[in-house]
Amino acid sequence: MMRFVLDRIVSAIPTLLIASIAVFAMIRLIPGDPASIMLGDLATPDQVAAIRKEMGLDGSIATQYLLWLTNILSGDFGQSIGSGDPVLPLILERFTVSATIVVAAVFLAALIAVPAGMFAAWRQHSLGDVGVVAISTLLLSIPSFWLGLMILLLFGLWLKWFPIIGYVSFNEDFWTALSYIFMPVLTLVLVELGAIVRMARAATIEVARLEYITHARAKGLSENAVIWRHAFKNAFAPTWTLIGLILGGLLGGIAVTETVFTIPGLGRLLVDAIYARDYPVVQGCILFISVIYVMVNLLVDLLYPIFDPRVAE
Amino acid sequence: MIARALKLPRRGVSAILGVTIVGLLVLAAVFGPSIAPYDPLKLDFMARLKGPGTPGHLLGTDEFGRDILSRLTYGARTSAWIAFATVTFAIILGMIVGILAGFYRGWVDRLLMMINDALLAFPGLLLALGIMAVTGASRDAIVVALGLAYAPAVVRVVRASVMSIRQREYIEASFVMGNTELVTMMRHVLPNCVAPVTVLATTMFGWVILSESALSFLGLGVPPPAPSWGNMLASARPFITQAPYLIVLPGLFIAFTLLGINMLGDAVRDWLDPKMQA
Repeated sequence: MMRFVLDRIVSAIPTLLIASIAVFAMIRLIPGDPASIMLGDLATPDQVAAIRKEMGLDGSIATQYLLWLTNILSGDFGQSIGSGDPVLPLILERFTVSATIVVAAVFLAALIAVPAGMFAAWRQHSLGDVGVVAISTLLLSIPSFWLGLMILLLFGLWLKWFPIIGYVSFNEDFWTALSYIFMPVLTLVLVELGAIVRMARAATIEVARLEYITHARAKGLSENAVIWRHAFKNAFAPTWTLIGLILGGLLGGIAVTETVFTIPGLGRLLVDAIYARDYPVVQGCILFISVIYVMVNLLVDLLYPIFDPRVAE
Repeated sequence: MIARALKLPRRGVSAILGVTIVGLLVLAAVFGPSIAPYDPLKLDFMARLKGPGTPGHLLGTDEFGRDILSRLTYGARTSAWIAFATVTFAIILGMIVGILAGFYRGWVDRLLMMINDALLAFPGLLLALGIMAVTGASRDAIVVALGLAYAPAVVRVVRASVMSIRQREYIEASFVMGNTELVTMMRHVLPNCVAPVTVLATTMFGWVILSESALSFLGLGVPPPAPSWGNMLASARPFITQAPYLIVLPGLFIAFTLLGINMLGDAVRDWLDPKMQA
């Protein structure tokens, strides 16, 4: 077990290293002096000289990278060109917004999709099964931003049930926050439902064919006991990995949903920084999202043995 | 397991539907200029925001009085062109890297796969956004950004089939006959990768169209005024109350195209890779 945990943690290191090199190289790939790029157009020569020294631009590329990495690891992500604020606190503030929406959406999607997929599999080829499969296929083909706009149109503009712009933190007022978060979360739930349903269904069909299920039935167990006590854990294991991938993938693509509903999240911060050529913020966002993505998948891997203890042996 | 999870029932019907939808897209892309009733960039301030069914404008006009049907047709051209270029780029790059890694094994393989897996481990859209931040928004930049984002998947598939092909007797025979490694790879290894790569390419077409429209929606894809389904949605957003059809129509086109490509992809997989059939 200890070996399994260590193996997984070590295997995340090359991915993180390559991500950090790519983000570091970004600034060097843009034509022009990296110091001026990091400061924007309005920098004075003194400022440029100061940041040249800070970035170690007179040294070799390897020393520049090590210097940069040391700063990042100590939490210094540099300053935003636009506002002059330090980048890391800005990212963390926006991240709590995005994370709230993404985690809520994935949790709800899994809560609906896993039972739906298992139900469809248990009654394979029934009318219910065909319906579940058809709906999930349809949902897979709808782009998230369009679905978001349709939901905005229906619930926000026509029915006027929910506010259409902005975000209110759950610390301020629970019900107001809920009304703001409802439409974006609904969008993401619907978008991810399709993939999880299909995965849960396929995994359950696979498990239902195995001999131990027949054996459990032969013992005289009720159908419910067979499903929940014997089939569920094994059928859920591959779905669990998919849920992890979706959780991380949503963070990478959250900018689209945040744009639809004008939510000040991490994705919007990244896209706005790309427009504004605010490179310290662009670098910080991409690196931060990459690290979170790797961590989420690592965590999912580490928890996998709960559902399928064989992998840890 | 994932491949099986994404299967559809009733494949005959879905194959026909898929071919029809994708065929229509290709027709619109190729013959767009002769089908479209208007120049997609022609402004007409007398005919702003006319709804669908207006005489002379079947699907209405946008906030600049441009004809929606014409813009959607040209948008199909844009999406199809970008998807074709991106998939080609990803496949050529992926095949080169995959064949090198699978054929030579050893440290070449280990180094290439370490980089490849790291790239594969990131959400495609995030990788593309990072590249667009360096290059700025343009059609070529989308092709490069999405191509690099999707090539690692091709590398995985090609490498796996090369590794199994490499063990076959006819590869050894090719060496015995005195063929060089390059000739052996081009003549005997490459053709055997075609089937799995075709299956992947069809699916990838859908991913690219989706990602391109997402990037364009964010304002980091096809730069206006050139029409793409994604940037039509983005520019329609401020008019969502006045002219909801501006948002409904491009989205329907994207959704239908994706549905068609997904169905075609399943059909291609069954046709080329019978082992995958459940």
